[in-house]
Amino acid sequence: MKTQMSKQKVFISGDEAVALGVRLARPHVISAYPITPQTIVVERLSEMVEDGSLKARYIHVESEHSAMSAAMGASAVGARAFTATSSQGLLYMAEGMHYASGGRMPIVMMNANRSLALPWSIFGDHRDSLSMLDSGWIQVYVEDAQEALDMTIQAFRIAEDAAVLTPFMINLDGFILTHTYEIVDIPDQSKVDSFLPVFKTPNKMSLEKPKSMGFSTSPADNMEFKYQQHKAMLDAKDIIHSVDKEFGKTFGRSYGGMIDSYNCEDADYVLVTAGSVTGTARIAVDNLRSRGIKAGLVKLRYLRPFPDEEVRAAAGDVKAIGVLDKDISFGYEGTIFTNVNSALAHLSIRPVSINFIAGLGGRDISIKDIEGIYHDLEEAVTVGKDKSFAKVRYVNMGVEIDG
Amino acid sequence: MVDIKKITAKNMTDKEFFFGHKACAGCGGSLAVRLAMKVFGEKTFAALPAGCMSAVGFIFPQMAFLNNAIISTFPGTGSMLSGMRAGLDALGFHDTHVVGFAGDGGTADIGLQALSGAIDRGDRIIYICYDNEAYMNTGVQKSGLTPYGTKTTTSPAGKNLSGAVTHKKNLFEIIAAHDIAYAATASVGYPQDYLNKLSKAARVNGTSYIHIYATCPTGWGTPTETSVSLAKEAVDCGLWYLAEYENSTFKINRKLTKPELLKEHLLKQGRFKHLTDEDIKVIESERDRKWERMLEKWG
Amino acid sequence: MLKPEIKNYVTPKHIRDYPTGPSFEAGHLVSINAGWRTFKPVVDINVCTGCYQCYLLCPDGAISKTDNKKIEFDYSFCKGCGVCAHECSFNAISMVKEELTK
Repeated sequence: MKTQMSKQKVFISGDEAVALGVRLARPHVISAYPITPQTIVVERLSEMVEDGSLKARYIHVESEHSAMSAAMGASAVGARAFTATSSQGLLYMAEGMHYASGGRMPIVMMNANRSLALPWSIFGDHRDSLSMLDSGWIQVYVEDAQEALDMTIQAFRIAEDAAVLTPFMINLDGFILTHTYEIVDIPDQSKVDSFLPVFKTPNKMSLEKPKSMGFSTSPADNMEFKYQQHKAMLDAKDIIHSVDKEFGKTFGRSYGGMIDSYNCEDADYVLVTAGSVTGTARIAVDNLRSRGIKAGLVKLRYLRPFPDEEVRAAAGDVKAIGVLDKDISFGYEGTIFTNVNSALAHLSIRPVSINFIAGLGGRDISIKDIEGIYHDLEEAVTVGKDKSFAKVRYVNMGVEIDG
Repeated sequence: MVDIKKITAKNMTDKEFFFGHKACAGCGGSLAVRLAMKVFGEKTFAALPAGCMSAVGFIFPQMAFLNNAIISTFPGTGSMLSGMRAGLDALGFHDTHVVGFAGDGGTADIGLQALSGAIDRGDRIIYICYDNEAYMNTGVQKSGLTPYGTKTTTSPAGKNLSGAVTHKKNLFEIIAAHDIAYAATASVGYPQDYLNKLSKAARVNGTSYIHIYATCPTGWGTPTETSVSLAKEAVDCGLWYLAEYENSTFKINRKLTKPELLKEHLLKQGRFKHLTDEDIKVIESERDRKWERMLEKWG
Repeated sequence: MLKPEIKNYVTPKHIRDYPTGPSFEAGHLVSINAGWRTFKPVVDINVCTGCYQCYLLCPDGAISKTDNKKIEFDYSFCKGCGVCAHECSFNAISMVKEELTK
């Protein structure tokens, strides 16, 4: 894999696509700790550092906590930093994640979405990243290897924008995306270099203007810094849109910004998804459409900042909206469902909304499962008025459950 | 090694790099940081975890460091230093020092893993542990470096226990066991020895570690004016020691001169006032065991 | 500049007046520590030999060397710990109760 090649297509996994994206983004420092299914990312990156095609310092840290801590140290001196993790590793970083966003350090991280112990499972769901939804990181969920590579480049550009200065997490579904091989178009290094300028931040140490960073505040000042973080995250929406558009102009691919909607214009029933399951859902939508059912699909690309206006615009006037969560907030409902409902709460007339919990711990989600979800939505509208209809439904359970 | 001009009270820079901080009066930790910064100078990038020195040095809008400095996470001093070093090197700032100042808890307990990682990588950083023998900033709780018999707020002295029931973790040797490029122990009671060790650390091409015994009048229940003399006495009576690890070899820098001072030294500190003769015997025999071993192996 | 000077800090009125994130000018001092003292050190210049041990051992860096090879105190930042007086080999420094010197 050479750096200076003209437009080329390669057959690579999602993890490798991320590694190639990172190389194109020319980070100064990479600090990472291996965890399945992220490992291929760090293996490829260390190979690139070894063969000289990536001029970065690779720090072999002894834990994820240190991976994040080292990335913050690098960012604090003005270096572009990247790390990658998954699942338990992400949680071990939790302290550093709030720290990096509070410190306004535009670190980019790849997270291979994986279930959380216990019970142990190396397979995918979104419980890891969703449990870090409040950590102040921008979160994007990609659908395929191409989007993974492209978003890695966009991530640095968005995170480092002076109006944003917020760390950025790129989520890839474990194994389904990280280990699946696809044809991926590799952008020109020269084009990436002009798209993604050299890292500059006001928020760094320097010999000319020494800084005290990561300071403490009294209650008289703390809220203001938290407001700044919130404002920067909200302002990131515009930057996300403009960067995606510019990416499209430069590289011929764009992703719709905050969400990507499919067949929503005249839809009666819309399913909301995040990540790789969207590909399966598209096929289900096509099948349903061929049977005359007005099915639509909203892929939430970003979960923070949350695309509330976009969700309302795309699916606010449908009959029923389903939210597929590879997550469950025990004792309530899926976290994406809570977020979508909160966006819908601004409407005077709200569609019926139902939560579908699926794919936990790597449980398969088939086209048939998703067609079943649309069937449930239809039923909720037609017969649901007369009988109580469970708001949170588990999809593809292997056994019968009561209630 | 190149003969370097000794930095002394007379020739050191008049510049202050840690100034206007809110440390307690007579704080040994702040003296350790102040002197280190005077040796390392302005091209120093410092990281300090949660602890006394970060708490007293970075209260917005009062910033006590004149050089670049950042508060790290509590467990992440070693790794943040590595990241800073890597970033500075990548950006071409090789002629700089990257220095950590962490307390005993931040070093021997919660920060040990990240420190071990940094030493293992041989990153060109300097790590200074100011050891005041308890979690002082949070209100004097027991740490892994709290010595036997110490009364802290989590190792109370009462009818059943005489304060802390374990001896001080042998951190210097744990650090040295990594075959670190340079490690030393020091005391604010022996400032010239400390200055010499700081100068050495600044020239090491690899990781260096200095463990400085730093008095805490607030946590120890001692008069503020005795902060330096008490730290000297601790070395003289053998509860602390001055040593170095260099070129894979240990060296004792100062012999045990006044072992008989032990009891008097302990009983003048509020944290040890409750000790019985029996307790003191335990402390004494542990001291003797340690010195015997040090002299036999390093002497 | 050997030591930072006290800055006139204006309390932010608008969110823009805050730094972007917790990152601020190093050595930015807005308050002194003089109020901490009960006793203050006073040096007898005639006894001081200019050995600078007090200067070396001051945890607050509140002692400076003077042109005539003696020392002087920065009473704005001296906390009155008394280490200087205690460590002076020549008894050139005495600790004087604050009220008496006002």
